[in-house]
Amino acid sequence: MTARTPRIGVITFPGSLDDRDALAAVATMGGTGVSLWHGDHDLRSVDAVVLPGGFSYGDYLRCGAIATHAPIMEEVRAFAAIGGPVLGICNGFQVLCESRLLPGALIRNRSLRFVCREVTLRVETSQSVVTADLTPGETLAMPIKHGEGAFVARTQELVRMRSEGLVVFRYAGADGVVDDAHDPNGSLENIAGVRNAAGNVVGLMPHPEHAVDPDVGATGGQSVFASLLSSALAVAGS
Amino acid sequence: MTFSFEVLVSLKPGLADPAGKAVLSALPALGWTNVGAVHVGKHIALTLDAPDESTARAQVEAMADRLLSNPVIEDFRILDVAREP
Repeated sequence: MTARTPRIGVITFPGSLDDRDALAAVATMGGTGVSLWHGDHDLRSVDAVVLPGGFSYGDYLRCGAIATHAPIMEEVRAFAAIGGPVLGICNGFQVLCESRLLPGALIRNRSLRFVCREVTLRVETSQSVVTADLTPGETLAMPIKHGEGAFVARTQELVRMRSEGLVVFRYAGADGVVDDAHDPNGSLENIAGVRNAAGNVVGLMPHPEHAVDPDVGATGGQSVFASLLSSALAVAGS
Repeated sequence: MTFSFEVLVSLKPGLADPAGKAVLSALPALGWTNVGAVHVGKHIALTLDAPDESTARAQVEAMADRLLSNPVIEDFRILDVAREP
């Protein structure tokens, strides 16, 4: 059997703005990007789904809250339930938390300011569809750009997340040290990205899709998308 | 019948409330130095048609739980029930 190119769907909600960059990142890393529309009940036979960054529905009420009830989210829930890889980036992460596909929630940055800069992430687990090819302790550089990215969860939830290893990325220094000085938005325990118990649903505030081309900056997104592509093929082939 | 409701949504106690903190730190500049705590929440006013008040209230509770608030981080209270003429 010849190797197939994985089909990675990227959902466009009203107000999404990183959908095109996500499609471009998929193509750069050797996958086929497939545009998906929020109002459809159709995932177009993709092998993985990306919920991109942006300001879906103007971020009204709460970031991601209204997108959670879009028609395509029913399909995403069903896809996630059978093990399909799902990645939420920034606003997409907020949508996945609001959908209860991921634990916790994202609130206003501690500084009350929109933060736009490069950060370093420390990989905390390889048990996820975007870190399967990575080693815990490795660091990745990529940008953040958000006003409401402080990860919060109730103590009891945080304890469960710790014991089940649900934290995928933490904000860190370039040397991998995790401390408050390297927490750009006030996230609890520097949490930048989390996964569900099965590891097939992942969300993160930083933007791997803006970090695949060395001509425009950091390249920490390459390994995230490479893992997503190989996980997509592995799941599709199983 | 048409009923009016107000729903108050607030962050759960113990969670960081950066908006409340920012307001709290701005008040002393205006001379109010005795304010101990400020919490910022949301106020949602709505009307709906229902056969009676208990049906209407049950629906508002369901809406508050599913969309108007995020139970992971927020509590809600339903205020002021009024039947509109």
